[in-house]
Amino acid sequence: MAPNETTAAATAEDEFQVDAPTPWEVMKDRARSHMGFWIGGGFVLVCVIVAALAPWITLFDPFEQDLAKRFVPPVWNEEGSWSHPLGTDQFGRDYLTRLIFGGQISLAIGFLAATVAAIVGSIIGMIGGYFGGRVDAVVMYLINSKLALPGLIVSLSLVAVFGGSFLVLVLVLAFAFWDSYAVALRTVTMQIRSQDFIAAAEAAGASRRRIILSEILPNLMNQVIVIFTLEVALAILIEATLSFLGLGIQPPTPSWGGLVAEGREQMFFNPYLVTIPGVTIFVVAIAINMMGDGIRDITAPEGRN
Amino acid sequence: MLNYFLNRLTVAILVAITVSIFAFSLLRLSGDLAAELAGDDASEAEIQAVAKAYGLDRPFHIQYLDWAGSALSGDLGVSVFSNEPVFEIITAAMPVTIKLATYSLILSLVVAIPLGILAAVRRNTWIDRAALVFAVSGQAIPNFWLGLMFILLFGVMLAWLPIAGQETWVHFILPTLTVGLSSIPVKMRLTRAGMIEVMQSDYIRTAQAKGLNPIAVMYKHALRNAILPVVSITMVSFGRLLGGTVVVESIFALNGIGFEALQAIIRQDFPVVQSIVAMIAFIYIALTIISDLINAQLDPRIRLN
Repeated sequence: MAPNETTAAATAEDEFQVDAPTPWEVMKDRARSHMGFWIGGGFVLVCVIVAALAPWITLFDPFEQDLAKRFVPPVWNEEGSWSHPLGTDQFGRDYLTRLIFGGQISLAIGFLAATVAAIVGSIIGMIGGYFGGRVDAVVMYLINSKLALPGLIVSLSLVAVFGGSFLVLVLVLAFAFWDSYAVALRTVTMQIRSQDFIAAAEAAGASRRRIILSEILPNLMNQVIVIFTLEVALAILIEATLSFLGLGIQPPTPSWGGLVAEGREQMFFNPYLVTIPGVTIFVVAIAINMMGDGIRDITAPEGRN
Repeated sequence: MLNYFLNRLTVAILVAITVSIFAFSLLRLSGDLAAELAGDDASEAEIQAVAKAYGLDRPFHIQYLDWAGSALSGDLGVSVFSNEPVFEIITAAMPVTIKLATYSLILSLVVAIPLGILAAVRRNTWIDRAALVFAVSGQAIPNFWLGLMFILLFGVMLAWLPIAGQETWVHFILPTLTVGLSSIPVKMRLTRAGMIEVMQSDYIRTAQAKGLNPIAVMYKHALRNAILPVVSITMVSFGRLLGGTVVVESIFALNGIGFEALQAIIRQDFPVVQSIVAMIAFIYIALTIISDLINAQLDPRIRLN
């Protein structure tokens, strides 16, 4: 066989090769042009870094009181100064420092609660969807019972009983949010379960655990991630609500909801004490939502919008 | 249809029993409710006396059956704090919350449905995008903070509206706006999604191909089907609102069921908390059954499945 013949054959083959992008390339392509994903995700990333580095980048102590410097207004006010960019609170504590340390707690609770909820809820949903029948009936009954309970009142009661510690808040919020994963994953697992590749794995003698973990779970990951981001935003909102009502993180430890609660008495005279933490929660929640919507668009299966 | 109904009813009764047990145990989860009620520096004898007075020294299941039995005959016990019958506390507070929930629901429907239709019809235009921005913002704004901002803006700076009390309908304007705005986004997205799906279906294409007036196709053919999920979520959403107005009631000093629940939780007033949680859950269960039945009546695929 002459060498030039092989080259000719290879070129001929190349001409017929269809250039189908791999799923990874499709996602990279979609991500590149998705503004919302970059803006939202970038902002969330900055917030997480700032919160994580709180002790090293803040100039003040979040608990140190200075009664000579009470109610210093923020810098955009005429009497404000750059020594306290967001002013000080009723005890003369630097507000920017408290906001950053509060972010540390609020973000950590939000992410951890959504993670615990994701693990528990996904397992419950997948079990119901995979086994069907009586097992599924039990899962549906659990989900229905959870849905019937008034979420906020139950969370408030649980925090009142067990105290507003970090761990309790994470668990209480996880309990408040597991059901959305269970509902979504149950349905999707049911759909995947009836597909051929599962039957193939079963025929090949794979164990149920193996089928659930390595055949079904990878197909659900994009759903889990999308719900996860939305739940992080919700968990941050609910944590803020609990702390605002006085049943979350206890003062003097700062949290975003707690800052609003502390500023509330001063609201009419020094509105910045309420507007600053409120706007922060709002903007962070929007950024997380934008990131979540972005991930959904980017990881959506072919042809879905 | 009868089979479907009986099936749903059995599940609902099971769920109701589970939820009532959960509501009953909520404040007992700390292990020693009597010690909590007696206070921090109570002696062992005092704690015993409290336990005896409230029947907390009996086995758990006896206490539950006793409460459930009297509850069925309309006796919910008396408040630990005020000695008032729990039934009267609830019936006094309920109208306020029902008013707030009804007004908010009407507001959210009046805004969400037209906006959702508009976004679907003008899909991918600036109207659609503006509606999306509005929806995302609505979901990201902390409810308690929005309420405070309304107080600051309309109550104090402009002084147009009262910020506390429940005497006239004017008092309900700001609370309704606060609750209503946060329940618009979900309904708007549902209307939009439903409308887009229906507009792409075959029977709409047929109607359009026949040359029917596009406006008639939109409102007589498409809207009817697109609106179905919104109708069923409206029932569920009403049930949610009954337990979800805690924050707004406490901000605007409305003596509704949420405010009573919050007070009772802080005071460890267990007869009030368990009855409110169980009652809101029961209403929610009843509303979901009704909405399921309406759906099954309208869509034979559900009841024959």
